[in-house]
Amino acid sequence: MDMAYLIETIVKIVVIMLIFSALAGLGTYFERKVLAFMQRRLGPMNVGPYGLLQVAADGIKLFTKEDIIPTNVVAPIFKFAPVITAATAFMAAAAIPFWPQFTVFGYTVHPIVADTEIGLLYVMAVMAIGLYGLLLGGMASANKFSLISAARTAAIFVSYEVVTGLSLLAPIMVVGSLSLIDFNNYQVGGVSHWLVWSQPVAFILFWIAAFAETGRTPFHLIANDHEIIDGFGTEYSGMRWGLFFIGEYANMFFISFVIALVFLGGFGDGGLGGALALIAKVAFFFFFFLWTRAAWPDVRPDQLMWLCWKVLMPLAVINVVVTGLVMMF
Amino acid sequence: MFEAIAFYLFAILTAVMFYITVTTKQALFALTALAAGMIFISAFFFILGADFLGVVQIIVYTGAVMALYAFGMMFFDTTRELKEKNGSSLITAGLSILSAVFVVLIFVAPIVSTKVQVTAAAIEGATNSQSVGMVLFTKYLVPFELAAVMLLVAMIAGIVLAGKKMDRSLTLMGEEEIMLAEEARRKVLL
Repeated sequence: MDMAYLIETIVKIVVIMLIFSALAGLGTYFERKVLAFMQRRLGPMNVGPYGLLQVAADGIKLFTKEDIIPTNVVAPIFKFAPVITAATAFMAAAAIPFWPQFTVFGYTVHPIVADTEIGLLYVMAVMAIGLYGLLLGGMASANKFSLISAARTAAIFVSYEVVTGLSLLAPIMVVGSLSLIDFNNYQVGGVSHWLVWSQPVAFILFWIAAFAETGRTPFHLIANDHEIIDGFGTEYSGMRWGLFFIGEYANMFFISFVIALVFLGGFGDGGLGGALALIAKVAFFFFFFLWTRAAWPDVRPDQLMWLCWKVLMPLAVINVVVTGLVMMF
Repeated sequence: MFEAIAFYLFAILTAVMFYITVTTKQALFALTALAAGMIFISAFFFILGADFLGVVQIIVYTGAVMALYAFGMMFFDTTRELKEKNGSSLITAGLSILSAVFVVLIFVAPIVSTKVQVTAAAIEGATNSQSVGMVLFTKYLVPFELAAVMLLVAMIAGIVLAGKKMDRSLTLMGEEEIMLAEEARRKVLL
């Protein structure tokens, strides 16, 4: 392993960290603006032009706020839980190709940290560990509502992992590889080669499961919105609470990348047009997360379980069987 | 050099995590250390080039330990320390050292005797997940299918045991309906 490779990898990691931490912050601004427009409000307007500096104001507030550790909590785990959510979100990004390879001053850059052959599986596995942050935060808080939230996190995790895995199985069978770059190359022929046309059921199922994986609105039960508290985050303050948010928003961006790469052709043939198209696709999926939050209420926990085990899972299994039969004959 | 650093780092981390798991009195510490240890073990698979098994280790054990958390939540107040009945610590230490030595012996004995034979050779040119699949679906097909049947049996048994009164949802029933059902239940009991 030579020094150049090591330096290149470290630079890539730092760049991805910086870009997506900033985007996670900006994501909160986008969310407030989009929700505001859909509810015929203006959203943040006072700090900076169109409220753009609101992100900086929020950042200063979170960083300078007192970090309260309540009595009775299990302090080491209480302190560590937000770090798990934020760290695993960024660790999952290691196997995502964010951009086609390009050449700067005669040096070819591959914008992927670890080009492993099991990229897709790795991303989903590490992203799933992120839910441990919410679970541990809720369980260590010594608060009944936090505990309920932790129990819901465990339920969602155990149920929707099944849907995520089974829905991705059919596209994996078609492509015959777990590498996200192979997925991209399989669909390089243009819009008609996209996997969304041959695997529409898997696409919809994975998209639904993505909301559960990131804990976004129709499945936002883990935050107990209807009890007017913040679930696992009730006892948290300052930057520890902010870390949960960074993890959630980073996960939203990364899962949007995965959906775009697996089902919608990714960056295509690797030209500038394809790269910009990938950004546009990711932006659409991120916007769709916000759109759903403005348009849909949360489902009840029992409806959540009904949806997962009686609708989505059988559909995913049937999809896998049908795909297998079609591929065989 | 990096491999050596990574190996010793994760070896120490894994050992420390499992030590915490067995010695702590706090259920939450034990479960968290167990989950962390299981995830750190995947690092050894990555170091050895078995990427697929490494990721499978992460997926399987995050899910499995998550279920343990759920049980912990139901049975203990996980934020309090448990009172444990400890026998002689001498016996505990002796037994654990003895069992550790035996485990090492079991795994080292075949290596020392040089009678290890490769039963399923690595396939030339196949990727990691492909070679796992080929071995699993040719040489080890019967154990694989047996495991699948056992899991199916366990799943059906679980559904049968837990599935009583599943057609009734307390959330969907009105207050009166619940009271009536409760009355009927009491009459049956009397």
